[in-house]
Amino acid sequence: MSTVIPVIIFAALGILAGVLLTAAAKIFAVEVDERVDKISEALPQANCGGCGYSGCADYADAIVNRGAKCDLCKPGGEKSAKAISAIMGVEVTVGEPLVAFVRCGGDCHVTPHKYDFDGEQSCAACNRFYNGSKLCTCGCLGYGDCVSVCPQNAISIIDRIARVDKAKCIGCGLCAAACPNGLIAIRRISQRTDVFCSSSELARVTHLKCPEGCIGCRMCEKVCETGAITVHDNHAAIDYEKCIDCGKCAEVCKVHAVKRIEF
Amino acid sequence: MSYILILVGCVFVNNVVLSQFMGICAFLGVSKQIKSSVGMGAAVIFVMTCAAAITYPVYMLLEKFGITYLRTVAFILIIAMFVQFVEIVMKKVMPPLHKALGVYLPLITTNCAVLGVTIANIDKEYSFSKSIVNAVGTGLAFTLALLMFSGVRSTMEHSDIPAPFKGVPATLTAAAIVSLSFMGFTGMID
Repeated sequence: MSTVIPVIIFAALGILAGVLLTAAAKIFAVEVDERVDKISEALPQANCGGCGYSGCADYADAIVNRGAKCDLCKPGGEKSAKAISAIMGVEVTVGEPLVAFVRCGGDCHVTPHKYDFDGEQSCAACNRFYNGSKLCTCGCLGYGDCVSVCPQNAISIIDRIARVDKAKCIGCGLCAAACPNGLIAIRRISQRTDVFCSSSELARVTHLKCPEGCIGCRMCEKVCETGAITVHDNHAAIDYEKCIDCGKCAEVCKVHAVKRIEF
Repeated sequence: MSYILILVGCVFVNNVVLSQFMGICAFLGVSKQIKSSVGMGAAVIFVMTCAAAITYPVYMLLEKFGITYLRTVAFILIIAMFVQFVEIVMKKVMPPLHKALGVYLPLITTNCAVLGVTIANIDKEYSFSKSIVNAVGTGLAFTLALLMFSGVRSTMEHSDIPAPFKGVPATLTAAAIVSLSFMGFTGMID
């Protein structure tokens, strides 16, 4: 008898709890589309926000309920896009992985600084004082605003300018938004030819401040067969859609502002 | 009068978190934002009050059959049931809060503050109404501590903390200083 009563009491308690919770689960049931969970699993859970939604879970929800595209996840790349399109039952074509590129070659060996900056060590803060401490007003400031926003620790400051580690970069574009001078481009990973300058100052001024700065001589424009490289705002820029990466512009560049990147 | 004494006693003098070390994990875990700490406080008040209301008759039942040695299991079962209930309701009614609380919501189940209240009610031989007051008071005490601490932490986010103290050490140090402020109430009520 002494064992029966506790058993009965606990069984009654258990049944009571079970009934109450089952009822509650029925009343307060949340309808979850299982595709949302599946897509969430297919995403890398980096929560970088590169897709334009607030985190991976929100993006998964947006695909199912708000008709977002399947190939927006940059860290997940092809793998995620394929998995998601399989879940959603749609075809998707996936481009090459993207990486960030810093359009400045003015490291400490090339461009001197005009004053020592003792304030808060951020590019945005430094940029407010006479367009930054660097002699060139358009170049990389090197205080690492891009480094602090990078979710992958892919950016480091080498010789006082930002450099991107291609192996780690996921092309989310957070750094491009953080750079006060707008120096960072997001482009395909295999691109080897690039312009290492964004100076919008006149040729003579640029050349005085940075011997490797683009002087806008248009030599590259002339040799380019596809019209991909053009000079605007006193510096050359590549249209990555048109560029065939032949490297002719890098060969003719007198100041070495356009360079071939060695892998 | 005794009700007010119980209420003041648990909120200020014997604050469940800051003087008795109970419910620390939720206290440290959810106090990052004031919003989520309000939600957590409300959830704990609800669970505590309901648990106290149900455990009282259940304990009477256990006492009647002379099996009070099973009270811990019975209480945990009841508390777990209410936590589960809160989780189900919250997921439906307040999904952002459910997400913000994360694992700390199911952790209320083993929050020693909740079990502590139900056991204290029995040890102090409170009547049913006093038990409820004690449970509400303890819940309020938990919420107060959580709110105060989340206020402190939101200020800390913008302060210049020495590198070795950043993160957990700074949080624990701040918790120590907040608990120090409650030492002023010591001895006002037994």
